[in-house]
Amino acid sequence: MATKDEVLEGLAEIVNEIAGIPAEDVELEKSFTDDLDVDSLSMVEVVVAAEERFDVKIPDDEVKNLKTVGDAVNYILANAS
Amino acid sequence: MTAENRTVVVTGIGAFTPLGGDAASTWEALLAGRSGVAALTEEWAADLPVRIAARTAIEPSEILPRPLCRKLDRSAQFALIAAREAWADAGFETPATDESSAIEPERLGAVIASGIGGVTTLLDQYDVLKEKGVRKVSPHTVPMLMPNSPSANVGIEVGARAGVHTPVSACASGAEAIGYAIEMIRTGRADVVVAGGTEAAIHPLPIVAFANMMAMSKNNDAPQHASRPYDKARDGFVLGEGAGVVILESAEHAAARGVRVYCEAVGQGLSSDAHHIAQPEPTGSGVARALAQLFESTGLDKAEVVHVNAHATSTPQGDIAEIKALRKELGEHLDHVAVSATKSMTGHLLGGAGGIETVATVQALYHRMAPPTINLDDVDDEVDADIVRIAARELPQGQIAALNNSFGFGGHNVVLAFRSV
Repeated sequence: MATKDEVLEGLAEIVNEIAGIPAEDVELEKSFTDDLDVDSLSMVEVVVAAEERFDVKIPDDEVKNLKTVGDAVNYILANAS
Repeated sequence: MTAENRTVVVTGIGAFTPLGGDAASTWEALLAGRSGVAALTEEWAADLPVRIAARTAIEPSEILPRPLCRKLDRSAQFALIAAREAWADAGFETPATDESSAIEPERLGAVIASGIGGVTTLLDQYDVLKEKGVRKVSPHTVPMLMPNSPSANVGIEVGARAGVHTPVSACASGAEAIGYAIEMIRTGRADVVVAGGTEAAIHPLPIVAFANMMAMSKNNDAPQHASRPYDKARDGFVLGEGAGVVILESAEHAAARGVRVYCEAVGQGLSSDAHHIAQPEPTGSGVARALAQLFESTGLDKAEVVHVNAHATSTPQGDIAEIKALRKELGEHLDHVAVSATKSMTGHLLGGAGGIETVATVQALYHRMAPPTINLDDVDDEVDADIVRIAARELPQGQIAALNNSFGFGGHNVVLAFRSV
């Protein structure tokens, strides 16, 4: 089971790969859309990469609730198997 | 001049081609007679009937950031790079949406075309679907593969709100885009339009499909000699990739900005063959009608024409039909016209051809030089025209004009005319 820091670090790497944002700028309170240049299409890429990396299922209906990096970290921690 | 018949000029050029990463290096290579064709060394090419192509001289990923490349088909990457060069070359420093811009977004258009659009994205993502499953198909697939994607992405980049368009007519697409853009300005819909063509179709499926039509050169052992328009030994075209983009502007707007003008974009001539879906009309009558329409609609004096950048793809039938049409319409004037087939060096960029060849035509007028046609060792007896061969040739001083021809599968004929200023 990953720790909160490990999930944040993993998400930061994913966001860096997809949006080109430096990993250290990917912080819990940052908004994917407003701060990290992750639009709705790129968010799908982030979600798919996160599912694979953390062995978690993130349903399409849930994606709209993941506004900040913290939202995603918390969802992954609560639902990862 | 009324608002419905405004003079249009070219104020910027950009190119990303098999010969160079920009317009200047491409032009230098064209004048030097260098070939951009090489053997395809990829594993997938090993068993294909055609194993040669003209890749871009530089990989776009060396210029564009990785996250952007993930969202753009290769054809849109080429178009964006060429459009940025042309935009800066025309003296624009910011997008039209910036308050400091010299052009209002509502007066700016973009018309970039491609013959077959994001075909590599489509095919690659189908491979992803089959091999990795539903979830791995990129959410960017549709905006990447749609043929209007290069135009739309360039339009967003420069802030074009007067209209973004993508005429599609196979290998005439790039020229049709530029003709459409000239009309947008001439008729008053826009003051500036970013226009051109792009193509990125070097992939086993398009190559095999073209090869099975008997349209491509199979001269795999001599890649740099395979594209040989007008030569008796020509056996089909060589596929190339890249983009060419020009900035078209109303003469009035360019004068107000005080920028360099390369030449006038006089206008276009259009026709269609209604003959065959993939064969040229052998007498060249369709092309001749496009030429006739050009001279009639623009009033361009045939005697001013001193250079033609021919469509000449190096196919047995097409090259001759085009020459017949030029002879029919230009008559004895053709004796004073330096005809260049730059596809002998760049390969055939399909929808990108009209883009890079318009850039070359503009450069020819501006520098008063006609590029050579390489590999023309033994001129076909039916070529009744003065082809520039071996070395580049100087064009005359004074007021001169040049034509750029582009024809596409389906029988689309587009002739563009430019005139020195």
